[in-house]
Amino acid sequence: MKTHQFDVVVVGAGGAGLMAAMYASKSAKIAVLSKLYPTRSHTGAAQGGVGAALGNEEEDHPEWHTYDTVKGSDYLGDQDAIEFMCSEAVQAVYELEHMGLPFSRTPDGRIAQRPFGGHTNNVTGMPVRRACYAADRTGHMILQTLYQQCIKNKVNFYDEFQVVDLILSNGAAAGVVAIELLTGEFHVFHSKAVIFATGGHGRIWELTSNAYAYTGDGIAISMRRGIPMEDMEFFQFHPTGIYKLGILITEGVRGEGGVLLNDKGERFMERYAPHVKDLASRDVISRAMYLEMKEGRGIGGKRYLYLDVRPETVNKYAAQDGRKRTDGTPYQVTGEEVLKKLPDIIDFCRTYLGVDPVQQPMPVQPTAHYAMGGIPTNKYGQVVIDEKNTVLPGLFAAGEVACVSVHGANRLGTNSLLDLLVFGKHSGLSAAEFANGAGFQSLPRDADDFARAHFDALLNGTGSEKAADIAVEMKTTMDDHVSVFRTEEGMKIALGKVRELQERFKHVRLTDRGKVFNTELMTAWELGNLLQLAEVTTVCALARTESRGAHARDDYPKRDDANWMKHTLACASEEGIKLSYKPVVVTKFEPKERVY
Amino acid sequence: MQITLKVFRYNPERDKKPHYEKYTLQAQPMDRVLDLLEHIKGYIDGTLSFRRSCAHGICGSDAMRINGRNHLACKVLVKDLGSRITVEPILGMRVIKDMIVDMEPFFEHYRSVMPYLVNDDPTPKQERLQSPEQRERFDDTTKCILCAACTTSCPSFWASDKYVGPAAIVNAHRFIFDSRDRAGAERLKILSDQWGVYRCHTIFNCTEACPREIQITQAIGEVKRAIATGKID
Repeated sequence: MKTHQFDVVVVGAGGAGLMAAMYASKSAKIAVLSKLYPTRSHTGAAQGGVGAALGNEEEDHPEWHTYDTVKGSDYLGDQDAIEFMCSEAVQAVYELEHMGLPFSRTPDGRIAQRPFGGHTNNVTGMPVRRACYAADRTGHMILQTLYQQCIKNKVNFYDEFQVVDLILSNGAAAGVVAIELLTGEFHVFHSKAVIFATGGHGRIWELTSNAYAYTGDGIAISMRRGIPMEDMEFFQFHPTGIYKLGILITEGVRGEGGVLLNDKGERFMERYAPHVKDLASRDVISRAMYLEMKEGRGIGGKRYLYLDVRPETVNKYAAQDGRKRTDGTPYQVTGEEVLKKLPDIIDFCRTYLGVDPVQQPMPVQPTAHYAMGGIPTNKYGQVVIDEKNTVLPGLFAAGEVACVSVHGANRLGTNSLLDLLVFGKHSGLSAAEFANGAGFQSLPRDADDFARAHFDALLNGTGSEKAADIAVEMKTTMDDHVSVFRTEEGMKIALGKVRELQERFKHVRLTDRGKVFNTELMTAWELGNLLQLAEVTTVCALARTESRGAHARDDYPKRDDANWMKHTLACASEEGIKLSYKPVVVTKFEPKERVY
Repeated sequence: MQITLKVFRYNPERDKKPHYEKYTLQAQPMDRVLDLLEHIKGYIDGTLSFRRSCAHGICGSDAMRINGRNHLACKVLVKDLGSRITVEPILGMRVIKDMIVDMEPFFEHYRSVMPYLVNDDPTPKQERLQSPEQRERFDDTTKCILCAACTTSCPSFWASDKYVGPAAIVNAHRFIFDSRDRAGAERLKILSDQWGVYRCHTIFNCTEACPREIQITQAIGEVKRAIATGKID
């Protein structure tokens, strides 16, 4: 075992981890540990834009962004944190530009902005151009730019190190245990502060836009160490995943004028969201799509609908809506413009479907996309571990793994990239500040024993179960019962199944018993994490007897503010998962019914 | 359809030298090669090792030699390859295990070209202005995902891995031609070194290999021209 010592250890090298690293490294000795090469991180898959009220294309204000985000969250987001994020947004985007991010540009050379779901002009209620974009590659550009700046600032990376445990000592963070994938060796990183930026866990579903790497490691590790998770029942299903594959088709398609059509050729969102139609929030659209398919209006009666961005379709509906360009002329597009603004999704459709979106509509269905819930933090990225928001000294979290909560029950598109910029930065700053004012906690003598025992058991299992079988059963169970619409009956079936799979997981047998790049072992360990995530998601969802944001129940179709305007906290214990609740922070906006 | 997959295998803890193994499996024409590898790993032989993450051509983890050409395993479909498929690690890098190669020298070359914006002018309160035309000038090279498919398809790189390689030049190009950058001359100096752009003999393998369809040979040509003329335009 090798031991290293740093002031701050950052776990994960996506957008949040790299932002945290950049800021923490200004005043502290840090290391970034990532199971992937940093540029492989899932931030790179984000497409459509990052939200900030720059007002480059039309009037906009951070206050409007704040209200839209509160409304988008179905009033479960903490309004102080949302206001903080939206007011920091403008500076965060300028800062990215200063770092070199190649944003698309307006004719006068400013950062280009496009409309996105749920982002509105608060006076007219109509869509506002708030998403700052680089074609449909905004996440790629953010990830590359931040990595470039980390290289420039000589940030210290440990690439392909899988963090497998969190070390707590005297009630504070004291470091992490990691496995070096190249050698299979255990390393202990002794530190004053730890920042988890490990991303989400969409791989508990079969149909997902998420990377293989999205296995909820940070959450699973933290739960094993007694840290509660917040709002785990809220997981976003993005309306437009490529049929059967789940690959993301950006909301930017609809921002550029694309529309959703059913088997009858109807633009059905007119019925569900009469004002903003195809630019309603994601939860509203995914539910509408499910209802259309349930009523037999899926294409050919199947479980998909069309997303149509062909110029003739865009122009027809733009004329109907009276949509104008910023110069006041009617909004009309050519195939060439569509290609220029959405090159990657056109490439995906051509590659994986043989469909050219400039000529044909794209077959889409909702796809598991983003965790609103996660490790509870305050706006400084400090992890808070109970109903009173007690801080766990030295532990921080940012990005998708964290729950600040700025997304509440439903995240607006473009706010994930904003979240990772703002809270990545602030967790980095506060972790460094904390480390500079604190000593090292003593390292327990047996710091890596727990993780070693866990891995030895996995490696030497003599059962007859295949991890791949268990994974498939978990994912189809979650697709069937804990998806866009949920019922008590279905979720009880899912919970029973997931617990059965957790038992079977104890009898997994691996074929690779080696040390060097034992990816079979790592994938099996990740599956253990996913099973835990599937269980906690289902337990939290079963308990919440209302419909709010991404958590829609057939048996409790209404939002119930009297009983459920509160955050769930789920804690693992000897007797299973225990739930408690904490209040939502309401400052300016009293809850009201959402209409788009 | 039935597929025969011939796969390069090397396990440093077990094998003295590499060998090939054949797997027969059922596949759909629209399956990705990555799907086949995942199937083998999950159900036939768990020791088969490769990197992957996003599975749709964005993260750059799974560059491999497939039927003799560099591809991302997640971006090449069975229908385009036929029923006999050979999968090998990318060339010119030390093989660690099966398809996993040592990427460190690749990233070292990348880091050597100052792959970041340099501009020490006082920052404006808002964004720096850049016209759509100035932005378009380097658009193509912003697409790079650092998968190494280009560099490891280049005969000059096979001849000597001291050659900085196409990927590093692409990433230098991305900044050299960015109107906001101030270190173009320094990068051109780095690339005019004996292991820089003049190792490129315009063989075009890199351009053919790029899963992002970057016009790499053209970008290298533009860098060569900037060095020759001393002008960046």
